[in-house]
Amino acid sequence: MSDYFTVFGLPRKLTVDGAALQRRFYELSREHHPDFHQGAAPEQQAETLARSALVNRAYRALRDPLPRVEYLIALEEGREVREGATDKPRAPRELLQEMLEVQEALEEAKAEGMSPAAGERLREERARLEARHAAEADAIVGRAGEWDRLVEGGGDREALLEWFKQRLATRAYLRTVIDDLTEALGEREESDVSHRRH
Amino acid sequence: MSRIVGIDLGTTNSLVAHVEGGIPRVIPDAEGRALLPSVVAWTPNGVVVGEAARRQLARNAARTVYSVKRLMGRGYDDVKDDLSRLPFPVTPHAEVVTIRIGDREVTPPEVSAHVLRALKQRAEAHFGEPVEQAVITVPAYFNDAQRQATKDAGRIAGLDVLRIVNEPTAASLAYGLQRMAEGQIAVYDLGGGTFDISILRVKDGVFEVLATNGDTHLGGDDFDRAIVDWILADIQAGHGADLSGDAEALQEIRLGAEAAKCRLSFEERTVLTIPFERFTYRRDIARAEIEALVEPLVAATLGPCRQALTDAGLDPARIEQVVLVGGATRMPLVRRRVEELFGRTPHSRLNPDEVVALGAAVQAQILAGGITDLLLLDVTPLSLGIETLGGIVSVLIPRNTTIPTLAKEYFTTSVDGQTTIDMHVLQGERELAKDNRSLARFDLAGVDPMPAGMPKIEVTFLIDANGILQVQARELRTGKAASVQVTPTYGLTEAQVEQMVEDSFTHAEADVEARLLIETRTEADTVINHVERALRQAGAIATAEERAIIEGALAALQAVRSGADRDRIRDLTIALNEATAPLADRMMEAAIKDAVTSRRADRLLENSESS
Repeated sequence: MSDYFTVFGLPRKLTVDGAALQRRFYELSREHHPDFHQGAAPEQQAETLARSALVNRAYRALRDPLPRVEYLIALEEGREVREGATDKPRAPRELLQEMLEVQEALEEAKAEGMSPAAGERLREERARLEARHAAEADAIVGRAGEWDRLVEGGGDREALLEWFKQRLATRAYLRTVIDDLTEALGEREESDVSHRRH
Repeated sequence: MSRIVGIDLGTTNSLVAHVEGGIPRVIPDAEGRALLPSVVAWTPNGVVVGEAARRQLARNAARTVYSVKRLMGRGYDDVKDDLSRLPFPVTPHAEVVTIRIGDREVTPPEVSAHVLRALKQRAEAHFGEPVEQAVITVPAYFNDAQRQATKDAGRIAGLDVLRIVNEPTAASLAYGLQRMAEGQIAVYDLGGGTFDISILRVKDGVFEVLATNGDTHLGGDDFDRAIVDWILADIQAGHGADLSGDAEALQEIRLGAEAAKCRLSFEERTVLTIPFERFTYRRDIARAEIEALVEPLVAATLGPCRQALTDAGLDPARIEQVVLVGGATRMPLVRRRVEELFGRTPHSRLNPDEVVALGAAVQAQILAGGITDLLLLDVTPLSLGIETLGGIVSVLIPRNTTIPTLAKEYFTTSVDGQTTIDMHVLQGERELAKDNRSLARFDLAGVDPMPAGMPKIEVTFLIDANGILQVQARELRTGKAASVQVTPTYGLTEAQVEQMVEDSFTHAEADVEARLLIETRTEADTVINHVERALRQAGAIATAEERAIIEGALAALQAVRSGADRDRIRDLTIALNEATAPLADRMMEAAIKDAVTSRRADRLLENSESS
């Protein structure tokens, strides 16, 4: 099966013209959507359905910068990529120490019955982590151009790929801790568990 | 390709539409009515549908089924709160609830099939040729089982359902044909039983749904219910009567509440009059009173709106147009709340009762190849996942993914020689399997016996353009397709649907003429009943001369009622109705005057007390 970059006729680069991608997505949809193949033979319809599904998934993976990086990593590693996968990547060690402290503060707050003061502290902590979570995304997207230059001019792509992976893992871990805080604060909404937007 | 119609199978009303000369139009019945009440009644004369059945609601409460859409694709746990409120007996099977009509158990798809069949016949009468293909709309937030149940209903009614379309998206297509401006739009759809919010981007004729959310158990029905509870309490206080156990009285109250609610969308005050056997309940109601009752329900629609905006990655300010769909959006309170949320005045330039059916007709025309410049890209409303170790859900397809879409997952065996693998597929947003909606269990059979972990089975989960799941499996080593046995958690098996399709041919009133005769007679009976009651209650309001005329018309209708001349029965029914109309108007006026006078008296009393 073709990879998602190939579906859109794109090189394996991280800088993508969003407007052009959308235009191409609409063109491909007009070509393959089952609506326009209603009269076709069953085998042909099945093929159209599979093709249309591929176009839709490819667009979703490449539309936003961060999922694009995630997809690229999976592709480079030859893995099957799956959105919303629940297996969490391993977090970097220096982060673990720091997060352990947050967890301790959380346990403490719970032990004292989540007083208003403790709640306030946790909210501040959460705001700080949210800011870092956003900063990680900026950092990742910030080095997209570097990757593209490596693709064009050659060079060690492995190191950068590894760095992307680390940052994504850090981000995923921050997200988990933020969610834990939100849950402890009793502010968690039921509906946004398994697949947050990046 | 033969003719394809668009059908809006609603909780309260259903419609059928088609595109004619490039314009979508609703197909009316012989009397010119566009809406077919989604009510089915089993009478001694046979099954009746629509307006005739609606008139049976109070008199034949146990055998008159309404709002069956809320039971589609549902199990006992989903609807147990509703059951005590429904006047018809529902048998609480865990998988598919059924309705007991005499000695028969009828499933919700079979009830819906009666409504669909009536619409099919309406379209056939209009075109003068058979209609066998349809596009049917469902709430965007319907899950797999609810969609499948709707498709089953179509099949039982003898319709090939070419596409299941989401109601808010259908509405946007109807607007799209009117050259709607491009940009981001929100469709707020509050119908009789369900609520949907969809955020779309419209560009170059492509309608791309960005996110959808909703509640398939929130609509005008719930508003009515809140008002009914309030009226019951008021009757208890004013007349000392507890009517909560009286099915017929409850239906009268429900119909009265619904009518009062509708009037209060256009007037500040209204008078509700419900005659019972022992007394007549009369109440002057202000709009603000009703609004206070339904306020929490309207507020419950705002959370899904915010979630949909978040999922679409948009601020309310980025929404350039807010479209209102569904009868319940006529309430000024709903309009106010929507306007506050989006900071923009919502509009409903197309009739909110008809716009979904019109959109379904547009989609039908697209499928027929008659429209080639519009394309609808819809999404799946709920995340699809499988249960993994420890009862955790592993998401395969996140909600708001554009459909069709697919995901692959790989399975193997855990015991030597294992030849079957079972999977539990769920829909929902929660982490634990038990908190989500069980969709089906799939058994992969015919795995070659091998040491544990050796087989590699690729399972493809495909959500088609209808939002319905298809599962395929193959063993990668051999390339052999594995057989997949599906056991739907909520829903009918293929064999059951087949049986119902067969039954519908044998049991159903194949003869349209016979069916129409039954409906005409039932309508005549209803009018006769009303007139007899009016004559009893009229007292001095009716003049002797008037009485004589009405009684003459009544006798004339009664004489032909059991005959076979449908046109004659209908003409005399209309004649009787017309003869009674002036009297009915005066009786209503008297009732209102009565209420107003008593209100004045109340005020006088208040004033004298406070002075």
